[in-house]
Amino acid sequence: MIRQRIPLITELPLVIWLVLVWGALWQDFGPGNLVFGALIAYAVVNVFYLPPVELTGRFNVLWLVPFLGRFLYELVTASLQVFWLAVSKGPSLRSAVVAVKLRSSSDFLVTATGHAISLIPGSLVLEVDRSTSTLYLHCLNVVDDAGADAIRRNVRTTEAWLIRIMGSSTDLAALRTEEAR
Amino acid sequence: MTAVAYVVGGILAAGAVLALYRAVQGPSILDRVLALDVVLAIIGAALVLNMVVNRHLDNLILLVAISLIGFVGSVTVARFVTDRK
Amino acid sequence: MTDVVVSVLLIAGALLSLAAGIGLVRFPDLLSRMHAATKPQVLGLLLFLLALAVESGSWVLVPLLVLCWVFQLLTSPVSAHMVGRAGYRTRHLRRDLLTLDELDDVVVRAADDSDGPARPDLGSGRGAGGGT
Repeated sequence: MIRQRIPLITELPLVIWLVLVWGALWQDFGPGNLVFGALIAYAVVNVFYLPPVELTGRFNVLWLVPFLGRFLYELVTASLQVFWLAVSKGPSLRSAVVAVKLRSSSDFLVTATGHAISLIPGSLVLEVDRSTSTLYLHCLNVVDDAGADAIRRNVRTTEAWLIRIMGSSTDLAALRTEEAR
Repeated sequence: MTAVAYVVGGILAAGAVLALYRAVQGPSILDRVLALDVVLAIIGAALVLNMVVNRHLDNLILLVAISLIGFVGSVTVARFVTDRK
Repeated sequence: MTDVVVSVLLIAGALLSLAAGIGLVRFPDLLSRMHAATKPQVLGLLLFLLALAVESGSWVLVPLLVLCWVFQLLTSPVSAHMVGRAGYRTRHLRRDLLTLDELDDVVVRAADDSDGPARPDLGSGRGAGGGT
């Protein structure tokens, strides 16, 4: 099988993640265990070959903490909201399929945004159009255009947060100019 | 703590019964897969409850395995589901 | 004190599972039931793992618990997306319950100009789902 050699630097995040998993599973973060884990991780990455994920090369931890806080807050409120809908509305519930156009064209960011949106109850990614980076979401309890607009605004805010955390510099610059306006 | 364990266990059982009702009722196979996913999540919760009450940590790996099994199961069914006429 | 926190976390997590059960029974179609199913998988598991961490009171356990939750975070949206997409494509949803369907327009358009530029993400899916 002919395949492209992947430089070690693109494999590095995956190897680090696998070493962390190894350490967590053994509940032992001693140096010996980690070195052995690194050897296994390197072997696994090379034997079970996967196309490399194209990261953007940026990661800002300072924005990650408030994002996690916002994520947890939305998780709790949305869970309570869906609970309330199940009890109060039940079978008479109406929902909508809303198209949301994202700013970034990077696969990685679109995936991350879709993931974050799907994790919060009340919205679910049905379909992705890669060519225009549009997400099609199924949303609970949306009865009019105002509700759909609220969903769109919310998703684009989530994407803006993710761009600040790990978007490419061009995406970040585009976001800055959009906010300056 | 024991009283709490019984209350939590009771609530979990009620949730599992409701999810199983949906799994039996259908109407489509995707509904059933979804309901069984919820049952799996409730089983995971019961494993954690068991660990908390009996103060041990033997089920943790099982918990990781359960989340992966649920993932593989629902993806497989979703891949091979047929068109509704 | 620890017991109180653990009890509250456990009961809240269990209530989320019950809420998922209620949602599964009461919601009208597949896609709305999926929203109910996400809850115990994400927030419910988080509450239960927090209860376990508080109860055990040791930091050694935290990486494994985080790993447990992160696995769930990574896998549950993917399986939800797969099930939801299959449900939409195989028409397991009730259109009368949708107030707005912006995906349907795109699917129709993609089916119309199938001679034109290929839209692999949307067009082929409808074909694989069995056409009309």
